[in-house]
Amino acid sequence: MLSVFVYPIQFIVDVPTRLFNGMHDSFESYQQLLGENKELKQQQLINSARLLKFSALEKENIRLRSLLDSSFKLGEQVLIAELLAVNLNPYEHVVVVNKGSRFGVHEGQPVLDANGIVGQVVKALPLSSEIILITDPNHAIPVQVNRNGLHTIAIGSGQLNKLNLPFLPNNADMVPGDLLITSGLGGVFPQGYPVAVVESFVEQPDKPFAVIQATPTAALNTSRELLIVWSNSQVIPLNNPPSEQEDVQD
Amino acid sequence: MSKIKLPLLVTYWLSIIIAMALNIIPWAPPFLMAAPDWVLLTLIYWAIAAPETASVGKAWMVGLLVDVLTGQLLGQYALAYAVSVFLGVKQHKRIRHYPIIQQSLAVCIILLLARVLIFWTENINHQTMPINFWLSVLTGALVWPVVSLTLRKTRGL
Repeated sequence: MLSVFVYPIQFIVDVPTRLFNGMHDSFESYQQLLGENKELKQQQLINSARLLKFSALEKENIRLRSLLDSSFKLGEQVLIAELLAVNLNPYEHVVVVNKGSRFGVHEGQPVLDANGIVGQVVKALPLSSEIILITDPNHAIPVQVNRNGLHTIAIGSGQLNKLNLPFLPNNADMVPGDLLITSGLGGVFPQGYPVAVVESFVEQPDKPFAVIQATPTAALNTSRELLIVWSNSQVIPLNNPPSEQEDVQD
Repeated sequence: MSKIKLPLLVTYWLSIIIAMALNIIPWAPPFLMAAPDWVLLTLIYWAIAAPETASVGKAWMVGLLVDVLTGQLLGQYALAYAVSVFLGVKQHKRIRHYPIIQQSLAVCIILLLARVLIFWTENINHQTMPINFWLSVLTGALVWPVVSLTLRKTRGL
Protein backbone atom coordinates (compact mmCIF):
# COMPACT_ATOMS: atom_id res chain seq x y z
CA MET A 1 0.00 0.00 0.00
CA LEU A 2 2.64 2.48 1.11
CA SER A 3 4.58 1.62 -2.01
CA VAL A 4 2.14 3.70 -4.05
CA PHE A 5 3.43 6.80 -2.24
CA VAL A 6 7.09 6.05 -2.81
CA TYR A 7 6.80 4.87 -6.42
CA PRO A 8 6.86 8.48 -7.73
CA ILE A 9 10.27 8.95 -6.07
CA GLN A 10 11.63 5.86 -7.78
CA PHE A 11 10.12 7.07 -11.04
CA ILE A 12 11.74 10.51 -10.72
CA VAL A 13 15.16 9.04 -9.97
CA ASP A 14 14.84 6.94 -13.11
CA VAL A 15 13.99 9.91 -15.35
CA PRO A 16 17.57 11.13 -16.10
CA THR A 17 18.60 7.67 -17.30
CA ARG A 18 15.50 7.42 -19.43
CA LEU A 19 16.09 10.89 -20.90
CA PHE A 20 19.70 10.03 -21.67
CA ASN A 21 18.64 6.84 -23.43
CA GLY A 22 16.00 8.75 -25.36
CA MET A 23 18.55 11.37 -26.48
CA HIS A 24 20.97 8.65 -27.42
CA ASP A 25 18.31 7.01 -29.56
CA SER A 26 17.28 10.20 -31.34
CA PHE A 27 20.80 11.41 -32.07
CA GLU A 28 22.13 8.14 -33.37
CA SER A 29 23.31 8.53 -36.93
CA TYR A 30 21.60 7.01 -39.92
CA GLN A 31 24.65 4.93 -40.80
CA GLN A 32 24.82 3.45 -37.32
CA LEU A 33 21.16 2.54 -37.45
CA LEU A 34 21.59 0.94 -40.85
CA GLY A 35 24.47 -1.15 -39.55
CA GLU A 36 22.53 -2.17 -36.48
CA ASN A 37 19.52 -3.04 -38.59
CA LYS A 38 21.63 -5.25 -40.83
CA GLU A 39 23.19 -6.96 -37.85
CA LEU A 40 19.81 -7.58 -36.26
CA LYS A 41 18.44 -8.99 -39.50
CA GLN A 42 21.27 -11.47 -39.68
CA GLN A 43 20.76 -12.38 -36.05
CA GLN A 44 17.06 -12.83 -36.72
CA LEU A 45 17.79 -15.13 -39.65
CA ILE A 46 20.10 -17.31 -37.56
CA ASN A 47 17.62 -17.40 -34.69
CA SER A 48 14.66 -18.33 -36.83
CA ALA A 49 16.68 -21.10 -38.47
CA ARG A 50 17.51 -22.39 -35.00
CA LEU A 51 13.88 -22.12 -33.98
CA LEU A 52 12.81 -24.22 -36.98
CA LYS A 53 15.00 -26.98 -35.74
CA PHE A 54 13.85 -26.37 -32.18
CA SER A 55 10.17 -26.88 -32.95
CA ALA A 56 10.96 -30.14 -34.71
CA LEU A 57 13.00 -31.21 -31.71
CA GLU A 58 10.21 -30.24 -29.35
CA LYS A 59 7.72 -32.37 -31.27
CA GLU A 60 10.18 -35.23 -31.21
CA ASN A 61 10.71 -34.77 -27.49
CA ILE A 62 6.96 -34.89 -26.80
CA ARG A 63 6.66 -38.01 -28.94
CA LEU A 64 9.54 -39.74 -27.18
CA ARG A 65 8.21 -38.78 -23.79
CA SER A 66 4.79 -40.14 -24.61
CA LEU A 67 6.54 -43.38 -25.56
CA LEU A 68 8.17 -43.34 -22.13
CA ASP A 69 4.82 -42.60 -20.45
CA SER A 70 6.09 -39.34 -19.00
CA SER A 71 4.64 -35.89 -19.45
CA PHE A 72 5.90 -32.73 -21.01
CA LYS A 73 5.47 -29.21 -19.70
CA LEU A 74 3.69 -26.57 -21.70
CA GLY A 75 5.60 -23.58 -23.00
CA GLU A 76 5.96 -20.36 -21.04
CA GLN A 77 4.40 -16.94 -21.38
CA VAL A 78 6.51 -13.84 -20.89
CA LEU A 79 6.00 -10.18 -20.08
CA ILE A 80 8.65 -7.59 -20.91
CA ALA A 81 9.46 -5.31 -17.99
CA GLU A 82 11.84 -2.39 -17.96
CA LEU A 83 14.38 -1.79 -15.23
CA LEU A 84 14.11 1.37 -13.14
CA ALA A 85 17.54 2.89 -12.57
CA VAL A 86 17.33 2.92 -8.81
CA ASN A 87 19.52 1.33 -6.23
CA LEU A 88 17.67 0.19 -3.17
CA ASN A 89 20.35 -1.28 -1.00
CA PRO A 90 24.03 -1.67 -1.83
CA TYR A 91 24.27 -4.90 0.17
CA GLU A 92 21.60 -6.74 -1.75
CA HIS A 93 21.26 -7.49 -5.44
CA VAL A 94 17.69 -6.37 -5.79
CA VAL A 95 16.43 -4.39 -8.76
CA VAL A 96 13.11 -2.69 -9.46
CA VAL A 97 11.13 -3.07 -12.68
CA ASN A 98 8.15 -1.08 -13.90
CA LYS A 99 5.60 -3.90 -14.02
CA GLY A 100 3.73 -4.95 -10.91
CA SER A 101 0.77 -6.91 -9.67
CA ARG A 102 -1.49 -4.80 -11.90
CA PHE A 103 0.03 -6.72 -14.79
CA GLY A 104 -0.45 -9.99 -12.97
CA VAL A 105 3.10 -10.28 -11.70
CA HIS A 106 3.30 -12.34 -8.53
CA GLU A 107 5.94 -13.42 -6.06
CA GLY A 108 8.28 -16.21 -7.02
CA GLN A 109 8.10 -15.69 -10.76
CA PRO A 110 11.32 -16.39 -12.64
CA VAL A 111 12.91 -13.52 -14.55
CA LEU A 112 15.07 -13.90 -17.65
CA ASP A 113 16.92 -11.79 -20.13
CA ALA A 114 18.01 -12.69 -23.66
CA ASN A 115 20.97 -14.74 -22.42
CA GLY A 116 19.74 -16.58 -19.37
CA ILE A 117 18.22 -16.54 -15.92
CA VAL A 118 18.36 -13.19 -14.11
CA GLY A 119 16.51 -13.90 -10.87
CA GLN A 120 13.06 -14.10 -9.40
CA VAL A 121 10.37 -11.72 -8.21
CA VAL A 122 10.56 -11.24 -4.43
CA LYS A 123 7.97 -8.53 -4.03
CA ALA A 124 5.13 -7.68 -6.37
CA LEU A 125 3.86 -4.17 -5.64
CA PRO A 126 0.95 -2.62 -7.53
CA LEU A 127 3.01 -0.52 -9.93
CA SER A 128 6.44 -2.07 -9.69
CA SER A 129 8.08 -5.21 -8.49
CA GLU A 130 11.37 -6.09 -6.87
CA ILE A 131 13.56 -8.77 -8.37
CA ILE A 132 16.33 -10.56 -6.55
CA LEU A 133 19.26 -11.43 -8.82
CA ILE A 134 20.83 -14.88 -8.82
CA THR A 135 24.06 -13.30 -7.58
CA ASP A 136 22.53 -12.08 -4.31
CA PRO A 137 24.26 -13.83 -1.39
CA ASN A 138 20.87 -14.97 -0.11
CA HIS A 139 19.79 -16.55 -3.37
CA ALA A 140 20.29 -20.13 -4.46
CA ILE A 141 19.21 -21.74 -7.70
CA PRO A 142 19.07 -25.45 -8.53
CA VAL A 143 21.12 -26.13 -11.65
CA GLN A 144 22.41 -29.02 -13.66
CA VAL A 145 25.36 -29.43 -15.98
CA ASN A 146 24.13 -29.38 -19.55
CA ARG A 147 26.77 -31.89 -20.66
CA ASN A 148 26.01 -34.74 -18.25
CA GLY A 149 22.99 -33.78 -16.16
CA LEU A 150 24.87 -33.47 -12.86
CA HIS A 151 22.64 -31.68 -10.32
CA THR A 152 23.81 -29.09 -7.85
CA ILE A 153 22.92 -25.71 -6.38
CA ALA A 154 24.43 -22.38 -7.39
CA ILE A 155 24.58 -19.73 -4.69
CA GLY A 156 25.04 -16.01 -5.24
CA SER A 157 28.38 -14.55 -4.26
CA GLY A 158 27.52 -10.89 -3.85
CA GLN A 159 29.49 -10.06 -6.99
CA LEU A 160 27.58 -9.53 -10.22
CA ASN A 161 29.85 -11.78 -12.27
CA LYS A 162 30.22 -14.74 -9.98
CA LEU A 163 28.21 -17.68 -8.63
CA ASN A 164 29.49 -20.26 -6.17
CA LEU A 165 28.83 -23.99 -6.37
CA PRO A 166 29.84 -25.14 -2.90
CA PHE A 167 28.21 -28.59 -2.78
CA LEU A 168 30.19 -30.65 -5.27
CA PRO A 169 32.84 -33.18 -4.25
CA ASN A 170 36.41 -33.02 -5.55
CA ASN A 171 35.83 -35.77 -8.06
CA ALA A 172 32.70 -34.23 -9.59
CA ASP A 173 32.52 -34.42 -13.36
CA MET A 174 32.72 -30.74 -14.14
CA VAL A 175 35.24 -28.76 -16.12
CA PRO A 176 35.64 -25.03 -16.78
CA GLY A 177 33.49 -24.08 -19.76
CA ASP A 178 30.57 -26.33 -18.81
CA LEU A 179 27.18 -24.72 -19.25
CA LEU A 180 24.89 -24.83 -16.23
CA ILE A 181 21.16 -24.86 -16.95
CA THR A 182 18.18 -24.72 -14.61
CA SER A 183 17.17 -28.17 -13.45
CA GLY A 184 13.59 -27.19 -12.61
CA LEU A 185 13.84 -29.07 -9.33
CA GLY A 186 13.03 -26.17 -7.02
CA GLY A 187 9.71 -25.63 -8.75
CA VAL A 188 10.42 -21.92 -9.24
CA PHE A 189 12.52 -21.83 -12.39
CA PRO A 190 11.41 -23.60 -15.55
CA GLN A 191 13.75 -26.31 -16.68
CA GLY A 192 16.41 -25.90 -19.31
CA TYR A 193 17.36 -22.22 -19.31
CA PRO A 194 21.05 -21.31 -19.24
CA VAL A 195 22.24 -19.93 -15.90
CA ALA A 196 26.02 -19.75 -15.90
CA VAL A 197 29.24 -21.05 -17.37
CA VAL A 198 31.72 -22.76 -15.08
CA GLU A 199 34.76 -20.55 -14.74
CA SER A 200 37.11 -22.36 -12.40
CA PHE A 201 37.24 -25.70 -10.63
CA VAL A 202 39.74 -25.89 -7.79
CA GLU A 203 40.13 -29.24 -6.08
CA GLN A 204 40.73 -29.16 -2.37
CA PRO A 205 42.27 -32.49 -1.37
CA ASP A 206 41.96 -31.76 2.35
CA LYS A 207 38.30 -30.77 2.22
CA PRO A 208 35.16 -32.65 1.20
CA PHE A 209 34.02 -30.10 -1.38
CA ALA A 210 35.73 -28.42 -4.30
CA VAL A 211 35.73 -24.66 -4.82
CA ILE A 212 33.84 -23.98 -8.04
CA GLN A 213 32.94 -20.63 -9.50
CA ALA A 214 30.73 -19.82 -12.45
CA THR A 215 29.89 -16.70 -14.45
CA PRO A 216 26.21 -15.93 -15.08
CA THR A 217 25.31 -15.94 -18.76
CA ALA A 218 22.70 -13.21 -18.32
CA ALA A 219 23.98 -9.65 -18.62
CA LEU A 220 23.05 -8.83 -15.04
CA ASN A 221 24.43 -5.32 -14.96
CA THR A 222 23.69 -4.15 -18.49
CA SER A 223 20.34 -5.46 -19.65
CA ARG A 224 17.52 -2.99 -19.21
CA GLU A 225 14.69 -5.12 -20.53
CA LEU A 226 13.83 -8.21 -18.55
CA LEU A 227 11.36 -10.99 -19.23
CA ILE A 228 9.02 -12.06 -16.44
CA VAL A 229 7.90 -15.61 -17.05
CA TRP A 230 4.67 -17.42 -16.34
CA SER A 231 5.58 -21.04 -16.46
CA ASN A 232 2.49 -23.13 -16.85
CA SER A 233 2.34 -25.44 -13.91
CA GLN A 234 -0.03 -27.93 -15.43
CA VAL A 235 1.48 -30.43 -17.80
CA ILE A 236 0.27 -31.47 -21.20
CA PRO A 237 -1.68 -34.67 -20.87
CA LEU A 238 -0.04 -37.55 -22.61
CA ASN A 239 -0.40 -37.46 -26.35
CA ASN A 240 -2.83 -39.86 -27.84
CA PRO A 241 -0.29 -42.36 -28.97
CA PRO A 242 -0.24 -42.92 -32.71
CA SER A 243 -1.74 -46.18 -33.90
CA GLU A 244 1.47 -48.16 -34.18
CA GLN A 245 2.31 -47.27 -30.58
CA GLU A 246 -1.04 -48.56 -29.43
CA ASP A 247 -0.07 -51.82 -30.93
CA VAL A 248 3.10 -51.86 -28.95
CA GLN A 249 1.28 -51.09 -25.71
CA ASP A 250 -1.37 -53.73 -26.19
CA MET B 1 3.08 22.74 21.10
CA SER B 2 3.83 25.92 19.26
CA LYS B 3 2.34 26.50 15.85
CA ILE B 4 4.72 25.69 13.01
CA LYS B 5 4.87 28.03 10.06
CA LEU B 6 3.58 26.50 6.86
CA PRO B 7 6.59 27.39 4.63
CA LEU B 8 8.90 25.67 7.12
CA LEU B 9 6.77 22.53 7.00
CA VAL B 10 6.79 22.56 3.19
CA THR B 11 10.57 22.94 3.16
CA TYR B 12 10.82 20.11 5.68
CA TRP B 13 8.87 17.63 3.57
CA LEU B 14 10.43 18.77 0.30
CA SER B 15 13.93 18.31 1.69
CA ILE B 16 12.98 14.83 2.91
CA ILE B 17 11.58 13.82 -0.48
CA ILE B 18 14.74 15.05 -2.22
CA ALA B 19 16.85 13.16 0.32
CA MET B 20 14.83 9.99 -0.40
CA ALA B 21 15.52 10.40 -4.10
CA LEU B 22 19.24 10.89 -3.34
CA ASN B 23 19.17 7.71 -1.26
CA ILE B 24 18.18 5.51 -4.19
CA ILE B 25 20.26 7.15 -6.93
CA PRO B 26 22.42 4.43 -8.47
CA TRP B 27 26.05 5.41 -7.89
CA ALA B 28 29.03 3.85 -9.57
CA PRO B 29 30.10 0.72 -7.65
CA PRO B 30 33.08 2.17 -5.71
CA PHE B 31 30.87 4.93 -4.29
CA LEU B 32 27.80 2.76 -3.91
CA MET B 33 28.81 1.27 -0.58
CA ALA B 34 29.97 4.57 0.83
CA ALA B 35 26.88 6.57 -0.07
CA PRO B 36 25.69 8.43 3.04
CA ASP B 37 22.16 8.13 4.35
CA TRP B 38 20.83 11.47 3.11
CA VAL B 39 17.41 11.06 4.70
CA LEU B 40 18.90 10.55 8.13
CA LEU B 41 21.23 13.55 7.70
CA THR B 42 18.25 15.71 6.71
CA LEU B 43 16.23 14.48 9.68
CA ILE B 44 19.11 15.22 12.05
CA TYR B 45 19.49 18.70 10.58
CA TRP B 46 15.84 19.48 11.24
CA ALA B 47 16.02 17.95 14.71
CA ILE B 48 18.92 20.21 15.63
CA ALA B 49 18.06 23.40 13.76
CA ALA B 50 14.28 23.44 14.10
CA PRO B 51 13.21 20.94 16.75
CA GLU B 52 9.64 22.22 16.58
CA THR B 53 9.25 20.78 13.05
CA ALA B 54 10.94 17.49 13.79
CA SER B 55 9.18 15.00 15.95
CA VAL B 56 9.94 11.38 16.73
CA GLY B 57 6.58 10.44 15.21
CA LYS B 58 7.41 12.15 11.91
CA ALA B 59 10.80 10.47 11.87
CA TRP B 60 9.08 7.15 12.39
CA MET B 61 6.77 7.83 9.45
CA VAL B 62 9.66 8.87 7.23
CA GLY B 63 11.48 5.73 8.32
CA LEU B 64 8.51 3.58 7.32
CA LEU B 65 8.45 5.25 3.89
CA VAL B 66 12.19 4.58 3.47
CA ASP B 67 11.62 0.96 4.49
CA VAL B 68 9.03 0.57 1.75
CA LEU B 69 11.14 2.54 -0.72
CA THR B 70 14.13 0.29 -0.26
CA GLY B 71 12.21 -2.93 0.28
CA GLN B 72 13.64 -3.55 3.73
CA LEU B 73 12.10 -5.12 6.81
CA LEU B 74 9.22 -2.83 7.72
CA GLY B 75 10.15 -0.74 10.75
CA GLN B 76 13.89 -1.11 10.47
CA TYR B 77 14.70 2.40 9.30
CA ALA B 78 11.72 3.70 11.27
CA LEU B 79 13.34 2.54 14.50
CA ALA B 80 16.79 3.89 13.60
CA TYR B 81 15.43 7.27 12.49
CA ALA B 82 13.12 7.69 15.47
CA VAL B 83 15.93 7.02 17.95
CA SER B 84 18.34 9.33 16.10
CA VAL B 85 15.85 12.18 15.93
CA PHE B 86 15.03 11.70 19.60
CA LEU B 87 18.73 12.13 20.43
CA GLY B 88 19.02 15.10 18.06
CA VAL B 89 16.06 16.90 19.60
CA LYS B 90 17.27 16.10 23.13
CA GLN B 91 20.72 17.53 22.47
CA HIS B 92 19.83 20.26 19.96
CA LYS B 93 20.65 23.15 22.30
CA ARG B 94 24.16 21.85 22.77
CA ILE B 95 24.94 20.64 19.24
CA ARG B 96 23.51 23.74 17.57
CA HIS B 97 26.22 25.96 19.07
CA TYR B 98 29.13 23.72 18.25
CA PRO B 99 31.52 24.82 15.49
CA ILE B 100 30.79 22.93 12.27
CA ILE B 101 33.62 20.39 12.65
CA GLN B 102 32.56 19.48 16.14
CA GLN B 103 28.97 19.23 14.90
CA SER B 104 30.18 16.70 12.36
CA LEU B 105 31.62 14.59 15.16
CA ALA B 106 28.39 14.71 17.14
CA VAL B 107 26.42 13.80 14.02
CA CYS B 108 28.88 11.00 13.37
CA ILE B 109 28.00 9.47 16.73
CA ILE B 110 24.27 9.67 16.02
CA LEU B 111 24.82 8.11 12.57
CA LEU B 112 26.85 5.33 14.16
CA LEU B 113 24.07 4.59 16.60
CA ALA B 114 21.51 4.46 13.77
CA ARG B 115 23.80 2.09 11.86
CA VAL B 116 24.17 -0.14 14.92
CA LEU B 117 20.38 -0.37 15.15
CA ILE B 118 20.12 -1.28 11.46
CA PHE B 119 22.94 -3.79 11.86
CA TRP B 120 21.08 -5.32 14.77
CA THR B 121 17.75 -5.67 12.92
CA GLU B 122 19.55 -7.03 9.86
CA ASN B 123 21.20 -9.63 12.05
CA ILE B 124 17.87 -10.66 13.53
CA ASN B 125 16.79 -11.02 9.91
CA HIS B 126 19.81 -13.35 9.39
CA GLN B 127 21.63 -11.02 7.02
CA THR B 128 25.36 -10.69 7.18
CA MET B 129 26.82 -7.29 6.52
CA PRO B 130 30.14 -6.60 4.81
CA ILE B 131 32.67 -4.43 6.61
CA ASN B 132 32.06 -1.40 4.37
CA PHE B 133 28.51 -1.31 5.71
CA TRP B 134 29.96 1.07 8.32
CA LEU B 135 31.58 3.35 5.75
CA SER B 136 28.46 5.46 5.32
CA VAL B 137 28.88 6.70 8.92
CA LEU B 138 32.16 8.38 7.96
CA THR B 139 30.93 9.75 4.63
CA GLY B 140 27.80 10.97 6.40
CA ALA B 141 29.92 12.94 8.87
CA LEU B 142 32.03 14.27 5.97
CA VAL B 143 29.06 15.59 4.01
CA TRP B 144 27.32 16.94 7.11
CA PRO B 145 28.67 20.51 6.65
CA VAL B 146 27.37 20.54 3.08
CA VAL B 147 23.93 19.25 4.05
CA SER B 148 23.73 21.58 7.01
CA LEU B 149 24.76 24.71 5.07
CA THR B 150 22.54 23.88 2.09
CA LEU B 151 19.49 23.39 4.26
CA ARG B 152 20.24 26.53 6.25
CA LYS B 153 20.46 28.59 3.05
CA THR B 154 17.27 27.00 1.71
CA ARG B 155 15.45 27.86 4.90
CA GLY B 156 16.69 31.41 4.75
CA LEU B 157 15.12 31.97 1.35
